[in-house]
Amino acid sequence: MKTIELKTPILEEDIRKLKVGNIIYFTGTLFTARDAAHKRILQYLQNRKELPFKVNGAPLYHCGPLVRQTSMGWIVVAAGPTTSMRMEAYEEDVIKNLCVRLIIGKGGMGEKTVRAMKEFGAVYGSFTGGAAVLASKCVKNVADVQWLDLGEPEAIWMLEVEKFGPLIICIDSYGNNLYTKVQTEAKNNKAKIL
Amino acid sequence: MVTNILIEEVVVNLLRQSVIRLPEDVKKALKNAYNNERSIIGKTQLKAILENIEMAEKTSTPMCQDTGIISFYLEAGSKFKDLHRIEDVIRKAVRRATREIPLRPNAVDPFTEENTADNIGRHIPYIHWRILEGNFLKITVFPKGCGSENMCTLRMMMPSDGLKTVKEFIIDRVIEAGGMPCPPTIIGVGIGGGSNIAMELAKQALLRPLDQMNPDVRIARFERELYEAVNKTGIGPMGLGGDTTTLAVKVEYAHRHPASYPVAVAFQCWAARRATAIIDGKGKIEYITESI
Repeated sequence: MKTIELKTPILEEDIRKLKVGNIIYFTGTLFTARDAAHKRILQYLQNRKELPFKVNGAPLYHCGPLVRQTSMGWIVVAAGPTTSMRMEAYEEDVIKNLCVRLIIGKGGMGEKTVRAMKEFGAVYGSFTGGAAVLASKCVKNVADVQWLDLGEPEAIWMLEVEKFGPLIICIDSYGNNLYTKVQTEAKNNKAKIL
Repeated sequence: MVTNILIEEVVVNLLRQSVIRLPEDVKKALKNAYNNERSIIGKTQLKAILENIEMAEKTSTPMCQDTGIISFYLEAGSKFKDLHRIEDVIRKAVRRATREIPLRPNAVDPFTEENTADNIGRHIPYIHWRILEGNFLKITVFPKGCGSENMCTLRMMMPSDGLKTVKEFIIDRVIEAGGMPCPPTIIGVGIGGGSNIAMELAKQALLRPLDQMNPDVRIARFERELYEAVNKTGIGPMGLGGDTTTLAVKVEYAHRHPASYPVAVAFQCWAARRATAIIDGKGKIEYITESI
């Protein structure tokens, strides 16, 4: 199995090379966003208001970290992925407008996002759900935090990470979706299972 | 004399222990799953889980950032002094644990969307009581993450449906849920009663150690049958395909109304956190799950 390393800024040509089942590790800056942050990003876009952070080819990580504030600044205690499907309603617009090329989360996403990934050139990499200490070990620095008024888990965290992974490519930029493939096989096999 | 401070200390310890260290039976089941998994991608996920568990213990860090909705299951001897104070002590301990461990603040007002920031809210933490004979207080803390919680389902089936339909309902739910409840899961099933009883039983089933089958042989057989069927789906670790979809299926039942057949399915992610201690009337503390 292929293991690939990606760095910021992620370009469309890097993404188009990836296929479902590839394993990647990411080094660079990523930003977190959950439901509330997605909602606000779209409000900003609608009102043509400038976002208080720059994406610049950074991956979007579906994560609400557990953090601790110290005199030295923020420390990320645990930062595993959250269920990506909650962001399905927003993600097409986010991919299109912020040029996000890599989305990291868990559990996969719906048809609208799969279509947008195909059209605009993006992939979905799954990080092992619940493996929050493994994830936080890869975080080297908190570069910025915005929208803390949404609550710590919902804020936008810009995190500098090193060899963040393993990330399994589950949705590629050609419309392939590993989750639905596994689910369809199970459905077709139901008579045998029962 | 059992002081409030002593009880508070035990509750904070249990919360810390539960979010940092998995019970031995869960760890053992995950290790077995890793050894037996044939899917290469599935194995990468189980490996990450095992590494994560080890790292959480070594660094005394919560294993998952979602430290969950916090429930307490209490068994109290009726002679244990001043039972009326316990709920206040528990709330105080949760507030302290949120700051000290830390736990992620997970209590949001559904009307104002405001996060209380200390894990205390209306009916949160949830506290379930059973009063028994004697002079003791047994506390089980059960923090449950919401990736799996969001997959819980209740269905009011027809009495004509029977156990075969129960099985099909569970399999359908496992397939639909895919990777979202963070498999390998533990599945609690509650059959019968009214709707609330069925879900409560499904949840309580999740507290039973994995190596403990239902003592009723008929139900134990059904648990085994469900366990094998769920793992035949091939959903696998994190829904990416493989042999290990569930670590155990636990079934509890209640008698049902003749016209009603409620079935509740409660999913628990692999981070099946729980911790138990008993305080006796003199203040002697015994930790049942391994302490840290």
